[in-house]
Formats: sequence, structure tokens, C-alpha cells
Amino acid sequence: MAKILMKGNEAIAQAAVSAGCEAFFGYPITPQNELIEYMAKYLAKNNGVFVQAESELAAINMVYGAAGAGARVMTSSSSPGIALKQEGISYCAGAELPVVIVSVSRGGPGLGGILPSQADYNQATRGGGNGDYKVMVLAPNGVQEATELVRKAFELAEKYRNPVMVMADGIIGQMMEPVEINPEPLPPVDRPWAAEGQRGRAQRNVVNSMNLDAYKLEQHNRDLQAKYERMEREDVMYETVQTDDADVLLVAYGTPSRIVKSAIATLREQGIKAGLFRPKTLLPFPSKQLKAAAQGKQFVLVAELSLGQMLVDVKLAIEGTVPVHFYGRTGGVIFEPSEIVDAVKSHRKGD
Amino acid sequence: MSVIFKKTKGLTDTPFTYCPGCTHGIIHRLVAEVLEELNIIDRSVLIASVGCSVMSYEFFNCDAVQAAHGRAPAVATGVKRVRPDSIVFTYQGDGDLASIGTGEIVQAAHRGENITVIFVNNAIYGMTGGQMAPTTLPGQVTTTSPYGRDTHLQGEPIRISEMIATIPGAAFVERVTVVDPLTIRKAKTAIKKAFEVQLRNGGFSMVEVLSSCNIGWGLSPVDSLKFIKDKMVPYYPLGNFKDKGVQS
Repeated sequence: MAKILMKGNEAIAQAAVSAGCEAFFGYPITPQNELIEYMAKYLAKNNGVFVQAESELAAINMVYGAAGAGARVMTSSSSPGIALKQEGISYCAGAELPVVIVSVSRGGPGLGGILPSQADYNQATRGGGNGDYKVMVLAPNGVQEATELVRKAFELAEKYRNPVMVMADGIIGQMMEPVEINPEPLPPVDRPWAAEGQRGRAQRNVVNSMNLDAYKLEQHNRDLQAKYERMEREDVMYETVQTDDADVLLVAYGTPSRIVKSAIATLREQGIKAGLFRPKTLLPFPSKQLKAAAQGKQFVLVAELSLGQMLVDVKLAIEGTVPVHFYGRTGGVIFEPSEIVDAVKSHRKGD
Repeated sequence: MSVIFKKTKGLTDTPFTYCPGCTHGIIHRLVAEVLEELNIIDRSVLIASVGCSVMSYEFFNCDAVQAAHGRAPAVATGVKRVRPDSIVFTYQGDGDLASIGTGEIVQAAHRGENITVIFVNNAIYGMTGGQMAPTTLPGQVTTTSPYGRDTHLQGEPIRISEMIATIPGAAFVERVTVVDPLTIRKAKTAIKKAFEVQLRNGGFSMVEVLSSCNIGWGLSPVDSLKFIKDKMVPYYPLGNFKDKGVQS
């Protein structure tokens, strides 16, 4: 199949439909509107369900119901909308439902702005719902990878019976790039727990996150933790670029990691050996791999379109073995490669 | 010995968690009997809500999804849209439906979702200990209106059935109660009609049931039924507010 030029939001929607997404529930919010519009246009024509919900709360709860009934289901939104969905995400995690959430993030806090941002790293990886729960978070660096990770998100959601979030910064949502989307639907997954009417099944199925017995609820939480630990063992994803000979290790994710790659090329032209470590899973975070990659480097520089959120996970991973510095822009401002070059130089010994 | 009465198959054997004297049990039985009589237990999905009926998924003998507070109509929408041959019903109290969940109930009716809503109105938050609800009567004493509901500060009680009936997508809306054999029979007829609307893909159907909360109201069970008849029914008149006639 030849590559076609597509806007990120539409490519993400098409990738979800191609992967076998059966139902989409969403609410309009910039900068992800083309995604919900694409679903409205194409999902029903592909035997799917599209509902424009009255609110973000309703959308995530429709997702909860549809996933509970056994459908392969997705929603999408942007930063303030994801904030509103947090209650429902906690319920999905508690009831162990496989759902995919796409977050096309923009500047905050509050209503903030509509330009690209990575200020919702904490929102995605820590969440705002109640309880000891975790959501897997995948962070693509462009339109092609976004389509691949949306597909992967459905696979992982079904593997773990857990919500998976694809965190696409607003750049990915709005830019056009050539893409090739895998047209093969994912194989159907048996969902013997689904509440869709008993239909002769021996047991009643109940999709539920409530348990008033403290000991049983504690055990449920321990089971969830075991699942999160398995994610860390089996499904951490990251990329390294020119890290082996590097003196300086840069850490960045999403589209900004490509700006950092340009900065690394410039730095190397100037004789400064820099390399990139790019987490593709923000949760589980590639802590062990990052710590190993950072060993022996002069320092680590974290670059984010926020004022330092992934920075905390990087510091936790590196455990003080190497100095960690930070450079970030926020509010919708995107750094230039030259800013990263200057930031690296400012921390070099003797420069 | 011949059996002249037995428990409906629509209920499990799990003992109810409702307070003695509360009419939730009667309403559960009526809904369950209707599921059995329409032969739809096997394809029904209950959407349980938050409140006294939070455990209702233990009592109805069908598949169930437990929803967040107020969100049952949205959860029902999700289930029904992806499994349109399932019979999907919510069971919600007045705190859940008439307060925190007004957005979801209005918009589910507005879309004409083909679901059935059993709305149990007892004019109080029972589960949390008897706080004021939007449905609490003027002057009624609750733990958060200890001097009686002051309509100047706390508004006048909201009449949900009348409001929902104005929405074009609502196909069937009726208010009933369960204080004596006659009203119980009428309640069951209305519940059956509501499910028949769904069976005929007729759109949104809701039955509001005026119910008692003897503990929350601080009354005996008998006086609670009297309270419904003498105080609630005059403010919340019984009867049908909308019937598009799709079920007949």
C-alpha cells in the first residue's frame, strides 16, 4: 500500500477503525476535532457505533458501558476534556475494562490555550481519578507512529484488561505527514466477563468496581498491582539514538523528541557527542533502561514542552547517579533546535 | 400441595439490603416479574446506580453493569448502542437521577435512547443518611435541611417526569407509587409498558415510582406510606405524562 498524506487526528481515527474499533464516544474539543469528525463520517459506515456525547463525563461512561458489554471501544479528547474523564477512567481501571483513550494535549492550566503542549504528562501518568490505579500511556513522535501506537493500544488494552491512553501532543493532531496504515483488523478477543445479557451462559456477569469488603478490595488492588508490574516487565517501549558514544544524554518524548534529534545533529557537527533516549511508554516508564543508558554520561538533559513533569520520572530512574538538567517551553510555545543546543552547551564542563 | 405464589425468577436468592419497611423491595419485585413475564431475563442488562440501590446488581437475576453516581443513562447508552438486541434498564434514585445525574438523564431522553429507566423517588438521600434531595418537599426536615427545606434558599422540588415528558425523544413517561394493592398493580402495568416500548424500539421510557424512606423520614413504615399519599402525591401527581403509543 502506498503512503498517503493525512492529518494526525484523521490518521489516528482511521488507524482505530482499521484495527477493529467498534464504537466511539466523544465530545468536541480543540485540537482533536478532526478525530471525532472522522469517526462520525466513517465509523457507522464500517458497521460501527458513533455517538456524540453531551459531555466528556457521558462520553467516558458510554465507553465504560460499551466496553463492559464487550465491544472494542475508544474515546478521544484534549487536556481539559481528559480532566473531566478522570472519574470514568478510574471506574474503567477498577472494573478492568479494555478501553483506548486518545489525548491530544494542549496548554493549560484551566482552559489554557489550544496550541501543543506536554503539560499533561502528570495528568496521563498519575491521573486524577480516585484509587490505586494505573493507565498505560503510549507517546508517539509523529503521525505514522501514532497510527501504530493506536493499534498497539487496543492490543495492550485487551491483553491487560486495562485502559490505555495514547498521548499525542497537539502537533501530531494537527500536522500532516505521509502514513501507511495497517489495514488488517486485530483478531477478536474472547470476553467471557462481558455483561451483554446472559443468553444461556451459566453465570451472571457483573461489571463492577465496588467491593465493600476491605480484605477483598485489598486483594483486588494487589491483583491490579501485579498487572502493572507485568506491564513493566513485558511492554516497556523506548528508542535510543546515538547513545553509545555520547557524552551527553538527552531525554525527550513525542514530537519534541524530533526537534531534539535535530539539535543532536547540530551538536555532533560542533564536536559535542550527544544522544537521545526517547520513552515510547510513559507508563510503564523505561526506568531501568534509562538508568543503564545514562551511566558514564557527563549529564542528562530532559527537554519537554512543559516546565518539568517527565523530569521527575527521569530523576527517579537515574537515582542521582548522573546530574540531571532540564529545558522546557510551555503554554503552546515550541522550542527550536538551537535552544536545545544552547541548553546543552550551558551545562558542559569547561565550555 | 399446589404452589399458589412463588418468587419470580427475575430475582436472585440474595437477601435484600434495604431497610425493613422500605418499598424498594416491592419495586424490585415488580421489575423482576415484568422481566420474567416478557421473557427477557436472559438478554437483560441492569445498569445499577449509586444510592440505596447500589447493590441492585446482587438482586436482579441478569447481567449488570455498576455505574458511577448519576452516570447510569450514559452507561446504558454505551451498552445498548453496541448490543442493540439486549434489553437495557437503569435503576436510579432521586439523588442519582435528579441531582448529580440530570445531564445524563435529560440527554439520554433527548437522544431517544432505546432504554428503560426505573426512577425511584423517595424525596431524600437514603443511603448517605437522609440528606436533602432536589425532590425533598417544601418544609421537609432532612439532615442538611434541619429547619425544613426553605424554598427561598433551596428552591422548590423538581418534577422530573413532567420535565422529561417535554423532551421529544421521550416515548413513555409515567409516575406511579406502591402504597397499596391498587397502586402496586398500576405500577406494574406502567413498568411493563415501559419495557414493551423498548422491545418495540420505541425510544426512551421512564417510570417514576414514589417510594418510602421510613428511616430517613423518621416515620414508621405505615406512616411512611401515608406520607406518600398525603404529602408526596399532591406535589408529584400520579399518572401518565407521555405515551407515544408504540407499545400497543
